[in-house]
Amino acid sequence: MDDLIIAGEKFSSRLIMGTGGAPSLEVLDQALAASGTELTTVAMRRLDPAARGSVLDVLRRRDIKVLPNTAGCFTAGEAVLTARLAREALGTDWVKLEVIADERTLLPDPIETFDAAERLVADGFVVLPYIGDDPALARRLEQAGCAAVMPLGAPIGSGLGIRNPHNIELIVEAASVPVILDAGIGTASDAALAMELGCDAVLLATAVTRAQRPDLMAAAMKEAVRAGRLARQAGRIPRRRYAEASSPMTP
Amino acid sequence: MIVTINGSAHEVADGITVAQAVRTLTSATTGVAVAVNDEVVTRGAWETTALRDRDRMEVLTAVQGG
Repeated sequence: MDDLIIAGEKFSSRLIMGTGGAPSLEVLDQALAASGTELTTVAMRRLDPAARGSVLDVLRRRDIKVLPNTAGCFTAGEAVLTARLAREALGTDWVKLEVIADERTLLPDPIETFDAAERLVADGFVVLPYIGDDPALARRLEQAGCAAVMPLGAPIGSGLGIRNPHNIELIVEAASVPVILDAGIGTASDAALAMELGCDAVLLATAVTRAQRPDLMAAAMKEAVRAGRLARQAGRIPRRRYAEASSPMTP
Repeated sequence: MIVTINGSAHEVADGITVAQAVRTLTSATTGVAVAVNDEVVTRGAWETTALRDRDRMEVLTAVQGG
């Protein structure tokens, strides 16, 4: 499969993993290994002196690049501070920008997200914003200097798949930065569809970490992303209303 | 003097540095970041930055998420 390139950096896997929802670091470690991912998100939280083990150790052992997010932020100001703290703690200027509007839907707030994106780009960050499936916003964020756009398929953790494939296609058509389908993936066919629609990568967590067998689902997602990418590159046949014979009709 | 560290109030010695305050929570110096009153204090400045009365210090690290 061809490489994914974000901000000049190459990844041979097009599956980006999240780490939320795993019952233990051991389960997470096995799932990450099975997924083949090379880029994985973490959240930034207050240090708990009683915590044992660190997700960072898991990523370091697997040689997986860490992508801090700004999960839990409701305003641009909070997100910018969180990104700066992540840069300080983790030594990366990459950030998955996530500014949510409310706790019930966890839908991204477009106004705060755009504001934060402009400030972070100006501050030298490689910004990957999590957004709704809005082609106009995706274009504006690309123009603002974001390194990728990450439209949702459906709300975080919902497993509802891709609710508006048409909008995802519109985002893909217009984008010249990578489009990463983020959130809503429930099972392997959702990930394959994202890639068939032309997305450059898929980011998922819950679908794997809360599956009954996380390592098995991670392996399924790896294959699905790969299959979807190949299908996209192969070029699917047009949909037709009626049959088209695949064998000669005359004897 | 009183400072707030990760949301809870602490009685600390006058002139305590950020580095000393961090050590009350963890011995780690990597994977950890500090903000005082919503401004990042870079690791190189921990030893030389003194906290003042009523300061709010946040000590963050990476956890599972996203």
